[in-house]
Amino acid sequence: MHASLCDFLSDIVQNAIESGASLITVDMREDERSIACTVTDNGKGMSDEVQRKVTDPFYTDGIKHKGRTVGLGIPFLIQAVDAVDGEFTLKSQEGKGTTVAYRFPLQHIDCPPLGNVVSTLVSMLAFPGTYDMVVTRSLELPAGCDGYELERQVLIELLGDFALGGTLNMLRTYVQSQEAALDEIRNRRT
Amino acid sequence: MAKMTLEELRKLRDSKKSEIQKRDIAGKDTQIIIGMGTCGIAAGAKVVLDAFLQELDAHNLEHVSVTQTGCMGLCYVEPTVEVLSPGMPPVIYGKVDAAVAKAIIEDHVMRGKMVSDHVFDRPSADIIKDGGK
Repeated sequence: MHASLCDFLSDIVQNAIESGASLITVDMREDERSIACTVTDNGKGMSDEVQRKVTDPFYTDGIKHKGRTVGLGIPFLIQAVDAVDGEFTLKSQEGKGTTVAYRFPLQHIDCPPLGNVVSTLVSMLAFPGTYDMVVTRSLELPAGCDGYELERQVLIELLGDFALGGTLNMLRTYVQSQEAALDEIRNRRT
Repeated sequence: MAKMTLEELRKLRDSKKSEIQKRDIAGKDTQIIIGMGTCGIAAGAKVVLDAFLQELDAHNLEHVSVTQTGCMGLCYVEPTVEVLSPGMPPVIYGKVDAAVAKAIIEDHVMRGKMVSDHVFDRPSADIIKDGGK
C-alpha cells in the first residue's frame, strides 16, 4: 500500500504515460484544508466497460506485462480516498483520453502524509517516453500563496537527455528551488 | 531559497558542462534502471531514485544513465534496481534503500564489485524482450 499522497500521484501519472498520450497535464493544488490533483491525458482512453473494471484490483488489460494479472494503482487510490472522505472521479473516452481527479482532506486523521514532492515530480518528468507533460503546482494558505509550472519539453530542450544522472540532478535542483518557495510559506504559518 | 529561473538553470547547465569536459568520464555506459511500478513506488522506489541521484552527484558521475521502468516481476523484494555496467554481468538488485544505493554506486559502478547481499536476479524474459522499458 502507498505511504504518501505523492505515491498515488506517481501511479496515476504513470498510467497516463503508458496510455500513449502525447500530452499530460498534472494539476496539484494544495490549500489549508485539502490537496487536489487532476491528471489529464490525451492517450487511448477507456471504454465504458473498462472504466467499470479499473476499480477492480484484480483487473488488468494484460498488455503491459503479459501473464501478470493485477493493476493496483486506481483501486489503491479509491480505497485511500474512501478512507478519508475524499473525492475521486474518473472521466474517459475511448480514443480521446482520460482525466483522473481526486481530493484528500488534509485534516482527516487518516490522511496519508504529502510525501516527497520533489522526487515525485522528478521521477514523473523523467519517466521514459516522448510525451510532453505540464505540471502546475500551487499552494494557498492564509500566510500567502505561490505556485510554479514545469514543462517537460522546455526542460529537456534546456537540460538535454533526462536519462543521465547529471541532467537529472540539475532538474532536481530546479524543482527543489520551486518547492522550497512553497515551504517558506508553510513555515511562515508555524 | 529563492526560486531558480530558467535562465539560472541554463547558467547552471553551462557551468556543469564545462566542469564535465575537464574530467574523465567515469561510469560512462553504465545504466541504472529503477523499478517504478506500483509495487516499487509502494516500497520506496522514489527514495531510491533520489539516493542514486545524490550519490552520482557526490561522486561527480554525470554520465551514468538513470532510467525508470515498470514492475520487474520481483515484487517481493522491491525496490528493485537493474544495473548494467561494462565488464559486469547484468544484475537485478532487490530490497534497495538509500544505503544499498550508495553501496551500488561505490562498489558496483566505481569498483566493479557486486553488492552480493542484494543480488536477486537477472532481468525477466519480458523485460529483456521490451528492452527493459
